[in-house]
Amino acid sequence: MSATLLHAEYPVESEDYTRAGEASADIKRKLKQLGVPASVLRRVSVASYEVELNLVIHSDGGVLTLEVTPEAVRLISADRGPGIPDLDLAMREGWSTASETARSLGFGAGMGLPNMKRNADDFSITSEVGKGTTIDMGFRLA
Amino acid sequence: MTIADMVRVLHARVLCGQERIDTPVYTACCSDLMSDVLAFVNEKTVLITGLTNPHVLRTADMLDLKCLVFARGKVPGEEILEQADEQGLVVISTKATAFTACGLLYEAGLRGVPIEWPESEDSQ
Repeated sequence: MSATLLHAEYPVESEDYTRAGEASADIKRKLKQLGVPASVLRRVSVASYEVELNLVIHSDGGVLTLEVTPEAVRLISADRGPGIPDLDLAMREGWSTASETARSLGFGAGMGLPNMKRNADDFSITSEVGKGTTIDMGFRLA
Repeated sequence: MTIADMVRVLHARVLCGQERIDTPVYTACCSDLMSDVLAFVNEKTVLITGLTNPHVLRTADMLDLKCLVFARGKVPGEEILEQADEQGLVVISTKATAFTACGLLYEAGLRGVPIEWPESEDSQ
């Protein structure tokens, strides 16, 4: 295991549309200060905003964790439910169960999970109905 | 093309960032779906949209966009413009509809974001 340069945790509340994106803005600021290259920074920012919005739109609340080592940036989203019944369907572009509120704000196009996967170098998702969903994303720095 | 050229083409009003209107722009995308916009990772892209909520700014921030164009004469609130200015964005507003704004910009030589989408297994 390599030394952790940065560890931060951001609680994200369900349906808190006003603050949605604040964690991602802070993550971007912190990574920029650490000198993460712009190309990686943009991918992390997009994935982090998508995952933060997913917590707000779909989850019962959760925590977004940022971990930085000299080798990689890691983003972990862990929520308290409700869990995704069909992960294959959820990963499909265009599929969305977002509420009207989310859609009226410009979200819910069904691009979130595929877009996270596309931007991350490593992507894994596990989910259990009634328990919650965990998304783990890695972005290589070296 | 620069943002100043876009202002001329669209008969637009500059709402903030006047001092940055000589910034060059290379591509554009037009959408009210921020989820879709987030799939176009390119900081040299201009976003044409009818949405004026804070999430448009957040999206622009995450992507390092330089310019927002609000179509159909929409003008966001003061707070949003102040935030946009802090982010270093140029925000302009045109009376044209999104479709017409895109047409005018395309005619003037601006093109869409090239998409390199990986082949998906179930695309057939």
